[in-house]
Amino acid sequence: MAEAEGGRLLEVRDLEVSFAQTTRSGPLGPRSGPLGPRRGPLGPRRGPLGPRRGTPALRGVDLELAGAEIRGLVGESGSGKTVTSTCIMGLLASPPGRIERGRIIFKGRDLLCLPAQEMRMLRGREIAMIFQEPSRYLNPSFKIGEQITEMLRLHLGMRRAEALHRAEELVEWVGLGGRRRVLHSYPHQLSGGMKQRAMIAMAISCNPSLLIADEPTTALDVTLQLQILKLILRLREALRMGILFISHDLGLVRAVADQVSVIYAGRIVESAPKQLLFNHPLHPYTRLLLLSIPAAARRGTRLRAIPGRVPDAEHIPPGCAFHPRCPLAEEVCRTQAPETLEREPAHSAACHLADKRWPD
Amino acid sequence: MAGLIEARSLSKRHLGGGLLKKAGTGVLAVDRVSFSIGRGSVFGLVGESGCGKSTLARALLYLDPPTAGEVLFDGTRLGGLSPRQLRVCRRRMQIVFQDPNSALDPKMRVRDSLQEGLVNLGMAPRQRERRVSELLELVEIPPAQGGRYPHEFSGGQKQRIVIARALSVSPEFLALDEPVSNLDVSIQAQIINLLLDLKERLALTYLFISHDLNLVAYLSDRVAVMYGGRLVELADTPEITAHPLHPYTLRLFYSAPSAVADPQALGAPAAQQNGELFPSGGPEAGCKAQESRPTSTPRGCPYNGLCNAGDPACAQLEPELVDVGGGHLVACLKASTLRRSDLSGG
Repeated sequence: MAEAEGGRLLEVRDLEVSFAQTTRSGPLGPRSGPLGPRRGPLGPRRGPLGPRRGTPALRGVDLELAGAEIRGLVGESGSGKTVTSTCIMGLLASPPGRIERGRIIFKGRDLLCLPAQEMRMLRGREIAMIFQEPSRYLNPSFKIGEQITEMLRLHLGMRRAEALHRAEELVEWVGLGGRRRVLHSYPHQLSGGMKQRAMIAMAISCNPSLLIADEPTTALDVTLQLQILKLILRLREALRMGILFISHDLGLVRAVADQVSVIYAGRIVESAPKQLLFNHPLHPYTRLLLLSIPAAARRGTRLRAIPGRVPDAEHIPPGCAFHPRCPLAEEVCRTQAPETLEREPAHSAACHLADKRWPD
Repeated sequence: MAGLIEARSLSKRHLGGGLLKKAGTGVLAVDRVSFSIGRGSVFGLVGESGCGKSTLARALLYLDPPTAGEVLFDGTRLGGLSPRQLRVCRRRMQIVFQDPNSALDPKMRVRDSLQEGLVNLGMAPRQRERRVSELLELVEIPPAQGGRYPHEFSGGQKQRIVIARALSVSPEFLALDEPVSNLDVSIQAQIINLLLDLKERLALTYLFISHDLNLVAYLSDRVAVMYGGRLVELADTPEITAHPLHPYTLRLFYSAPSAVADPQALGAPAAQQNGELFPSGGPEAGCKAQESRPTSTPRGCPYNGLCNAGDPACAQLEPELVDVGGGHLVACLKASTLRRSDLSGG
């Protein structure tokens, strides 16, 4: 089915992003205020703060997404999941963020070369996003209906009555049906699950072809989570959207994604169709992650925990970033960064030892 | 079975504030909960947010004393103790919370945090120093780092420190309230392994609270499912994962996708074992969309409004926890009709 949609919808190639070290806070820390260090529009690498090049947040991310396909992007906190999605949305705060290189090709156009004006037209219309905490992204002082119709009027040039009618349909579609009053509610009057649905209604209002879902269910209870996941699957089935599904939860990704990419320390370490990735993982990080998950079936055995922790962007080890935690690491891993190679059809991994047998 | 800690018909009512405070009003957060935790076992408590898990834990340790019912710790009725005696007794039971950031005083060196309980025990300074080093080693943190402040540690390390502090007074019972929910996947496994090691080495008994069914099913010996302040099902882990009976338990189990393929897991159909959410059928299908749970129902089954197996009787009669065989307790009027054969078919 995916082929019928005409192949590739989104292609991220070799995306590198760094963050200037303006404060001691993290890469997504506070932006420099009006009196803080300013940089020119071109963001000179040697700013007033000294010769230091920014800390790398993404170190060459490659992603592909076909129409009507769900790609899961899995990684731990600080691995670069959200920075990736922010770049695709063209919302990277700059400074302190800076795209060093790479391309983000959406429907044949490189988003990084688009003028801000055109990007603004695209965002919300063609590319939409839903977030982990809807309450942070819904405007608390406007009614849900006003927030949805604003999108429709702005992007699709609908008239007020027309937009309101469409908003009713949308709200119905995401499962808030029979409740026109949702449109007349303020966000705080809705429960967490309803807010998430309202945000989805808003995201899909202009029928975008790409939806980025950044941990859309993390804040929800499990039974609600299932309902939202089903809704996301329906978006793909009924509206043929391509969806980038970002999560730290391998179980969720296994449940919804067609293709899965695993990101570690700002780099995709493994990409494969879901079945291949979960049944025959190649990268030691993926393998260990899968072994470290508690499940009823593993009762009575110890989990295979990964020693150490995710390196922060300032201290990414040389060579393969995973080598200090990798039980297989050899000399080459310490010195040379592995290339991402296709080991099997449609299954790529960035590891020197991907073909090596795994000791127990 | 003589348990180390036993709850008998424990209830906790949060009273409304102000002048209107009177008996019988307010929210009944925990409603007549009874269970017993065997010495050296792990008792898992699973439920969604707001179901009363944490309130139950706090009532069990008499941090927020229950409004009705009683707690027996090693045969002693906690309700009958004077505040002083309770303090002595509480050395034997400790609690670990979800968020180590708020559990640790940011202005106290880790070493001092760990010593606080020991000071109360009246331990000599030299001995305390030694004990702190021991504790840090126990949770695999270099004792030389004891002089640091909490912010100098990562989330996983902080949680280790909180665990070390709970263990400082050598308790027998540990209530773990979502101890790994804030941690990354790879760190979670480290902490879980640590907890299991500590349990063996120190002969501890755990109450393990989590919303993550896969996690609870992995490490508990016995699992209790809580809904709307009540226990709706209680059974040994292999039994409840293979034959969940209560409609809510079933719904929980179906809702928790696992990354691990397992034909035995959680009574799920084959489709889910391939990682797919079941497209139709299953107990979730046709289920009423659930957006908010009632905090209290006047009568009837608390799950009544959301259950698709219910009938008019469920709105009238309140189901009690009954043993359906082999220590498998379930509170559902339809439990006898919901035979296992019907359920395992999907």
